[in-house]
Order: sequence, then C-alpha cells, then structure tokens
Amino acid sequence: MFEGIPLHWFLILGTIMFFVGIYGFLTRKNLITILMSIELILNSVNINFVAFNKFLYPDHLEGMFFTVFIIAVAAAETSIAIAIIINIYRRLVDIDVDKMNKMKY
Amino acid sequence: MIDFSYTAWILLLPIFLFIVIGLLGNRFKPIVSGIVGTSGLFIIWLLSLVTAYKYFFVLEKAADGSFLKFMAFNMRWLNLTDKLHIDMGVLLDPISVMMLIVITTVSLMVHLYSIGYMHGEKGFSRFFALLSLFSFSMLGLVVATNIFQMYVFWELVGVSSYLLIGFYYTKDSAVAASKKAFIVTRFADLGFLIGILMLSYVTGTFDFITLTGPDSPALTSGQGVWFLGLSTMTWSMIFVFMGGAGKSAMFPLHIWLPDAMEGPTPVSALIHAATMVVAGVYLVARLFPIYVFSAPVALDIVMWVGAFSSIFAAIIACTQYDIKRVLAYSTISQIGLMMFGLGVSGYGGHEGLGYMASMFHLFTHAFFKALLFLGAGAIIHAVHSNYMNDMGGLHKNLPITHATFLIACLAIAGVPPLAGFFSKDEILAAGSERSLLLYWVEMIVSGLTAFYMFRLYFSIFWGKKQEYHQTPHEAPKTMTIPLMILALGALLAGLIPFSNFVTSDRLPFVSHLDMGIAIPAVLVGLTGIVVAAFFYLKETDIPDKVFKALGSFSQAAFHKFYIDELYLFITKKIIFNYISRPVAWFDRHIVDGAMNGLAYITNETSDRIKKLQSGQLQQYALVFISGALLLVLLFVYLWTS
Amino acid sequence: MSILTLFIIIPLLTIVGILFCKTDMQVKWVSVAGMGLQFINAIALILLFLAERRAGNIAEVLFVQDNLWYETLNIHFHVGVDGVSVAMIGLTSLVVFAGIFASWEIKDLHREFFTFLILLSSGVFGFFISLDLFTMFLFYELAVIPMYLLIGIWGSGPRHYSAMKLTLMLMGGSALIMLGLIGIYLNSAPNGGPLTWDIIKISKETLPMDMQRFLFPLLFVGFGVLGAMFPFHTWSPDGHASAPTAVSMLHAGVLMKLGGYGCYRVAVFLLPQAAHQVGWIFLILATIGVIYGAFGALWQKDLKYINAYSSVSHCGLVLFAILMFNQTAMNGAIMQMISHGIMTALFFALIGMIYGRTHTRYINEMGGLMKVMPFLSVAYVIAGLASLGLPGFSGFVAEMTIFVGAFQNADIFHRVVTIIAASSIVVTAVYILRVVGILLLGKIRNDEYEQLTDAKWYDKISVVSLILGITIIGVAPLWLSDMITGGLGPIVQKLLAAAPMMP
Repeated sequence: MFEGIPLHWFLILGTIMFFVGIYGFLTRKNLITILMSIELILNSVNINFVAFNKFLYPDHLEGMFFTVFIIAVAAAETSIAIAIIINIYRRLVDIDVDKMNKMKY
Repeated sequence: MIDFSYTAWILLLPIFLFIVIGLLGNRFKPIVSGIVGTSGLFIIWLLSLVTAYKYFFVLEKAADGSFLKFMAFNMRWLNLTDKLHIDMGVLLDPISVMMLIVITTVSLMVHLYSIGYMHGEKGFSRFFALLSLFSFSMLGLVVATNIFQMYVFWELVGVSSYLLIGFYYTKDSAVAASKKAFIVTRFADLGFLIGILMLSYVTGTFDFITLTGPDSPALTSGQGVWFLGLSTMTWSMIFVFMGGAGKSAMFPLHIWLPDAMEGPTPVSALIHAATMVVAGVYLVARLFPIYVFSAPVALDIVMWVGAFSSIFAAIIACTQYDIKRVLAYSTISQIGLMMFGLGVSGYGGHEGLGYMASMFHLFTHAFFKALLFLGAGAIIHAVHSNYMNDMGGLHKNLPITHATFLIACLAIAGVPPLAGFFSKDEILAAGSERSLLLYWVEMIVSGLTAFYMFRLYFSIFWGKKQEYHQTPHEAPKTMTIPLMILALGALLAGLIPFSNFVTSDRLPFVSHLDMGIAIPAVLVGLTGIVVAAFFYLKETDIPDKVFKALGSFSQAAFHKFYIDELYLFITKKIIFNYISRPVAWFDRHIVDGAMNGLAYITNETSDRIKKLQSGQLQQYALVFISGALLLVLLFVYLWTS
Repeated sequence: MSILTLFIIIPLLTIVGILFCKTDMQVKWVSVAGMGLQFINAIALILLFLAERRAGNIAEVLFVQDNLWYETLNIHFHVGVDGVSVAMIGLTSLVVFAGIFASWEIKDLHREFFTFLILLSSGVFGFFISLDLFTMFLFYELAVIPMYLLIGIWGSGPRHYSAMKLTLMLMGGSALIMLGLIGIYLNSAPNGGPLTWDIIKISKETLPMDMQRFLFPLLFVGFGVLGAMFPFHTWSPDGHASAPTAVSMLHAGVLMKLGGYGCYRVAVFLLPQAAHQVGWIFLILATIGVIYGAFGALWQKDLKYINAYSSVSHCGLVLFAILMFNQTAMNGAIMQMISHGIMTALFFALIGMIYGRTHTRYINEMGGLMKVMPFLSVAYVIAGLASLGLPGFSGFVAEMTIFVGAFQNADIFHRVVTIIAASSIVVTAVYILRVVGILLLGKIRNDEYEQLTDAKWYDKISVVSLILGITIIGVAPLWLSDMITGGLGPIVQKLLAAAPMMP
C-alpha cells in the first residue's frame, strides 16, 4: 500500500509531528491541549518505529510491538492525566498551566 | 620516741564538729550548737596543750640539742608526677606547736565569747559551724607537712573567712566586704600557686622537711639567673610571699582587711586579728631557711614590705573613727612589724633573733589583739555603734571591759612588763643590727601605735560624756570571762623565755633585754600615750587643729591614701569595662556573628537559587528539551569529528 | 556478654518500658528505676574494675566484648574499658540519674521526653565504652541528634533558633570527625593487612606522617566543637539557655565531655606525631578559651549564660591539659572533665529549680534568695565554691593536677600559657562571687519572692547526689587519680615515643 514511498518521507512526517507536539507542549496554556501535544509526540515516535521496522527489518516485529506498547501506555497515561486535570479543575476552576505553581519551593 | 599520731584528731575533730553542727544544728535549740562547738573546741585545746607540753618538755631532743621536726602523721592524698605528691599530715616543730596553742586558745575564747555575743542572732548555729570550719582550716594550715597541704588549707581559711565576713548576708556592705576579701586574697593566692609550681618544679618536692632541711634541693637548684637578673628560686619565693602578703594584708594587698570588719566582732578577733592574718608571717617563717640561704633578695622584699606596711597602716589608724577599723589598721601595722622582724633576721643562734622575735610578737599579739577586738565587741554590744564619736565616758559603765581594754592597750603600746614590750623590743633589736633607717621607722611606728591606741582608749572610756538611749551595761559573764583570760595572757605572755623554745634553727639560745633599745622604745611609747591623753582625755579641739594643720596629708591618710579608689578604678573601670565588656561584645558580635553570618549566607544563596524553581511546567520542559537538544548536538558533534 | 553491654541494654529496655507506661507517674518511675539500675551498674563496674586491677590484671582494656558486625568494612561491636572510660561512665550515670529527678516537673509529653533523654544517655554510654571507631561515631551521633528534639520541643526562649544552631554546629563537627575517622580507617594498616576500625590495633601502628598532619586538625576541631573549643563555642551559651533543665545538665555535664574524650582518645592517641607538630595552635586556642570564657562570664546577666561561659572556660582547661602531653596534665584533664561534669550539672539543676520558682534567669531581677530558699541557695554556694576551685571539692584536685602537670613542660611557651590559664582562677572567683552576691545574698528585691518555696524531695535527691559526687572526689581523690593514671599509660608511652625529647 505504501510501495514506492521512501523512508525519509516517513521520517520527515515524524519529525514534523514531533516538533509540532513540542511546540504545542511549550506554548499552549490549556492542559488538555498540552495533553494532546504529548499524544502527537508519542505518535510521531510510533511512526518512526513502524517505518524503521518495515524498511530495515521487514522480517522482525519488534517495532510493531513497541508501537502497540506505547499506544497502551499512552492510553493509561491519558486517562490518569485527565483524571488529574479534572481534579485540578474542581479545585481551581481553571486548567491554565501557568497558574499551577502551588508546589514551587 | 613518743607517739604523736593522736594529733590527727586535732584536725578531725573540728571538721566533724562542722559537719554535725552544720547539718543538725537547726534541729535543736541554737544554744546546743554553741555548747557542742565550744566543748568540742575545749577538747581540741586540751589536746594541743598536751601536745605542746609533750613536745617541749617530754620529747627527747636531737643530738645537737635542737627540737625535733617530724611528721606525727602523714598520708598520701594525691599523686601528681613520679616525684610530686600531695600528702595530708601533721608536722610538729616549735612554730607549729606554738601556733596550735595560739589558735586553739584564741578560738576557744572566741567560741565562749560568741555564746554571749551572738545570743539571739539568726543563724546562731551556722555561726558555730563556720567557726569550727575555720578552726579546722587554720589548724590544718599550721600543721601542714608540705607546701601543697598548706595551700589547700590556705584556700579553706580563705573561704571560711569569706563565709564569716558575709555572715550578715542581708547587709549589702557585708556581702561586698566578703567578696572583696576573697577576691583580693585569691589574687594573692595565684602568686602563691605560681610560686609553688616553680618551687616544686625546681626542687622536685613539696615536702617542708626536705625543703628546709640541711640538704635541701632548694639550696642547690634553681640558683641560676632566670629573669630580670634574679634566680628561679628568688622568683618563686617572691611569688610565695605574694600569697603571704595577701593573706596577711600587707601593702598593697591590705585593702580587704579593714572592710572585713563588717563581719561579727568575734570573727574579727579570731580570724582578722589573731590567726588567719598571721598565716603569711607563718608561711615565711616556715620556708625561712630557703629565704635566708637561697633567696636573700626575696627576704629583703619581705623586710621592706613589712616596714612600709607598718608605718603606712599606723598613719591611717590615727585618722579613722570606726573603732574596728582602727584595730584593723593596727593589725596591719603589727603584722608589718612581724614581717619586718623576719626580713631582718639571719639564721641560727643570735643571728636568728629577728625570727625568734617575730614569732614571739605573733604569739603575744594574738592575745592582746584578740582581747582588743573582743573588748571592742563588748563596747559595740553596749552602745550599738562602731564609731568612737558616739562613745565616751564609758569607764564607769563597763568596768571589766575597761580594765581589760586598758591592759591590752598598754601591751600593744609596749609598756613593760606587758607582753608587747618584750616582743617588740626584740624586733627592734634585730632591726637595729640590720638597718638603722628602718629601725627608726619602726621606732616611729611604735610611737604612733601607742598614740592611736590611747586615742581609741581615751575617746571610748573618757572624753566627753555621751547621752545614750539606754544606759550601757556590762556584757554577760560568757563575754567577760574570755576577756579576763586573754588579759591574763596579755599580762604574762611576755615573760615566757621564748628563745628557749622557738628559734630559727630550733636550737635554744639565751636572749636578753637590750637596754639601749628598750629605754628609747618605752620612752617613745610613753610619749605617744601622753600626747593621746593630752588630745583626747578631755574634749578639746586640739585634734581638729592638728588635723587641719597637716592639710592634704591628713586628708589623704583619712581616705586611706586612696588605695581603695585606685583598686576600684582598676577593677571596675579597666577590667570590667575595658576587658570583660569587649569580650562579651566580641563573643556576641564577632564569633557568634561569624556563625550567624555563615547561616545567613547559606540562607541568602538558597533564596537566590530557589527562584529558578518557578513551578511553571512549560519553563521546566523548555529547559529540559533545550538541554536534551544541546546534549544531542554535542554528541553528534563529538561523534563526527 | 560483658558487663559493658548492659550499659546499652538497660537504657533500651527502659525505653521499651516507658513505651508501655500508661500514666506520667509511671513513666517517671520507670525512668528512675532504669537509670538507678544504670547507676548501680556503673558503681559495680568501678568496683569490679578496681578489683581486677588490684588482682593484677594489667590488660590495656578490661571487660572486652568483640562481635563482628559488618564484615565488608570490618566493623565490629567492640567494647572495653580502661581507667579513663570507667571514670567517664561513672560521671555519666551520676548525671543522668540526677537529671531524671531534675526533670520531674517537665510540662508535657512526658513519655517522649524521657524516651529521648534516655536514648541520648545510651548514646553517651555507648561512646565511652566503644573501642571501634565506627561504632563510636554511631553512638556519638545517637547522642547528638536527640538533643535537637529535646531543645526544640521542650526548650524555652528562642528554642528553635538555639536548637538549630546547636545541631548544625555539632553536625559540622561530625562531618569533620567522619572525614577524619574514614581517613584513619583507610590508613589503619600502613604495613599491609586488613584495614580496621579498632582503636587498640590502630594505636599500635604509626600512621603516615602526611596523613596524620591532615587528619589531626580535622579530628581535633571536630571533637573540639563539642568540647566548646574557642572559637567554636557559641552554640553553647544559646543552646544551654534554651534547653530544659535536664538537657542542660546532660549536655554540659556529659555531652561536652564527648568532645574532650574524643580529642584525647582519637585525635591525640591515634595521631601523636601530628599532635606534637601542630598541637601548639590548639594550645593557644584552648588558652584563649580559658581566659575568654572567664571574662565572658563576668559580663553576663542571665544565669545560664554565665554558666555556659564558665563551661567554655573549664572545658578549655580540659583541652589545654590534653595538649600538654604528659601524664599528670592528662590525668588532670580527665579529672577536670569529671569534676566539671558534675559541677555544671549541679549548677544547671539549681538554675532550673530557681527558674522554676522565680520565672526569671536575670540575676538583676532576683536577690536575697538565701532567705526564702536556703537549701537551694546553700547548694548554689557549694556549687560556686566548687567551681572556683575550693579544696575539698573536685575542681581543686583537677585544676591543681593540670597546673602542676602543665608546669612540667620546661619551655617558656608552655610556662607562659600555664600562668595565663592559671590566672583564670581569679576571674572565676570574681564572677562566681558576683552571682552569689547578687542572686542569693542581700535583701529580697521582689516582695512576691517571699512566698517562694524551697526544694522538693526530688530536687533534693538530684542536688544531694551531685554534691556528694564532687565532695567525695574532692576529699579523697587518690583512688580516682590512680585509676585514671592506669588508663593513661599507653597513650603517654605513645606520646613519649613520638617526641623523645619530652621530659
């Protein structure tokens, strides 16, 4: 299905997604968007894994496994993160990340 | 050889009395303490008399006819180095036996007297406990077998004196006086201690018998020049003398003694007239062979200090109004005379006349000075004042006190055949052989002594009639009996052929009265009495005129030559303000400040860096990612190059 | 099991007992029972020790017990005592015993207070019996750390500041000590063989000189902080002023002695060559401390500050004497530790009792207490007289031994410092008598004081036991001095070997 598409296209896509994720993570103030940015970063990594697996070691499946692991972990992480965010919201009635500095020093 | 080991009881009994009266005294009626203390001391007195009798008359003498000098009892108390150890024991030789008699006799009289004098005072049993403590310390001092035992008891007499001067502890002046007495003597004791350290280092022993014996290491070692052209031995003897001078209130360490009169009068009689204050004289006498043979310069210092103190105190005594202070200055003057006697003395036979005379004067002085103080106590008891201006014409009211006081005054003025005449005459004789100048100084002192004693006598018992609130009446029997006994001593003590018993080399010799000295001395004394009678027998204004005529000199003498003010300046201003306060400040602000500063710097630094922990999640992430990127770039760069 | 192990076990059992108590009264009595037992045990130890020595047992240390504890680092639980440690144990048990009675009226949290107090004491006991540097250090820390809680929770005045200051300064000292101990351990076998923490074994070796020169200052300063060495003494006035009575007693009476004992047992004993080389620096500091503490005390107005500065002066004398490097002076140093320990515990006990009644520690606000509380006042006078070195009390014996010993060093430097240090006895007399004069004598300045009561029975037990301690040593010092001298043999020989020119 992806015959003919060279490896570096996948890598370029992954890099773009990664930096978009980073950018989002650093600049957005809303915790939910920050969470979404993290998902972007994770998925860019997933693309890399899958692409490398397919192109370099077609007869192995480690890349695929890792991807599946990451998806599972990300799901768990997201659910916990959202739980935390909801709690924060209940307490502060806000999910602006700049205001969440109660535990400094 | 007779067994003298029972003499240990002379020491043990008083400390036992101190503990018993001190702990249990409050459980019984006060008078019980008085009776227990007095009867205990009576036993000690008997023991001392027996010891003296056995020592002087029964005990066989050494081959050359001298009295033996031996330890009746000695036990190890503390080991210091291989050679040095402190022992506690009893040393018997003529002077220690003589001192036993003096101390126990006066102490017994004072105990008896105090039962009457202190009657009804709060702390009656405490008083007797402390008297026992003092007796213990003083007896331990005189029978010390080694110089360190002497130092131990030296400190103990100091503290008993402190506690007794401050007996009326609610009176601020008494508290201040006791503090002053202790600190001044303590300062002197520092000198004593340094002297002991030097002496013991050089000779390797504390022991008196070794130190003063014919093969004493003190004669051979430490003779080289050490400091300021004087040998180690000389310096150590000077330091030891400093201790003696402090205890004996020699100039310039005399300032505590007049103030010490704040204590109860019996205490003044016992401690500050007859026994403790002569400890310095006793100390020099004890180490006399070392002074004569190894440290003649130190002996010269003893002579000069003694002579100066005697004239200095005699002048001040003529101007004071508090009768106890007059007596205190008189004590300083008389002790100066004793020191002078030691200072001019040589060793052995007639050479050692000064030594013998000094001890003799110590002996007689104890009787008449204790008598004077106890008499003064009886007077104060009767008129409730210390000032001679408040007294006068008391000879009818206090007949026994009057008679005994007169005897004591005659004795101290050196009128024959009373006690003071003989001993003072010997000292003057010894002085005339050494230094004519000081001989005449002492002659003046004896004139002044006669003058101020009779000034005291006339203004108390004669002079103007005073109006008293209550008619003064004679003291009770317990007070007058000791007065009479001591008066007997003051009358007869001079007749003892003292040179048969106490001499510098313990060999008896015959001393005889030197008319060439006795006659002028008596004449000078009588002149002093006549002048005093002329001034004070009737109320006149001559004394005031004379006082004014002498101008600033008499003012200075009245203010005790401003020595107290000088000391106050040094201690309060210099030591307290310029040493102690800066030290306290330095400690709080510099030393402690440095520690606090260290803590402050740590705190500040942490305050500064903690700002980095802003709590901003995205800031952390940015730092993290840039760090990671930088590292990656670094690695890539390293990898490729 | 050696009798020494009991000194650790009894406090631990007492603590367990305290934890099971229901009421405050029970807590107190369990503590009294435990520490009383400990006291009896200490007396038994002294008697047994003297009996062994009289029977001719000349081993360097007695009652040895040695269990391997942690093999990798060759750490042992190795205990044993010589004359010096026996004397120190006697001191500790006496002070702790008196301290329990002195804290009879502690305000709240009885259980916790006594637990920490006894924990602290077990650290001190452990320190004195240890022959293994590592366990010694362990017990040292065990003694220091409860102090923070004891002052911080039960103290008065600026207690948090004082507790923090004290703990931080002592921890600073501990850091130096730890470095020093590790240094010793790593060099403990200069001739090959397994490394060891064992004091006795190390003392038989000569550590490399350059190492010694590096380690000696570390250890001496480290222990010196606890021994109140000038200029590291400033924790002492604040710490004592804020601490509750029993803690002040234990701290000044016993804990500060860990410093002196450590300087003696570790720094000087194991590093004698370096001690000879650089000891003079510390000798100057110690001499300054002696005089400086005395003058500092002269100006203070708070009773506890006066006593803290007086402790600086007296403990300075301990270090001074240790650095004289001869048997007599060292003997004096140990006796001074014991004497000062009991004396200052007595002082702090009395100050605590007076403070408990008048609620002030400023001498200018009090006066004439002799009239209303004769027992406490007489005891205070006795403590004062003992402190200024009156014969018949232990202070005199100790000071005179020190001065005579110090004077055996014939060179001018040692002579001069000896005379300077000796002159402190005059200043001591001044500040003691000043306090006695203002505080106890004279008229009562505050009418409310007429109502004050004298000592209670538990106060009396505390005070009398301490007074008996100083008096017994002061009147009959020979047994103690000979016992200590016996323990000093090895160290003096070692010092002599290090500097053959010494007299």
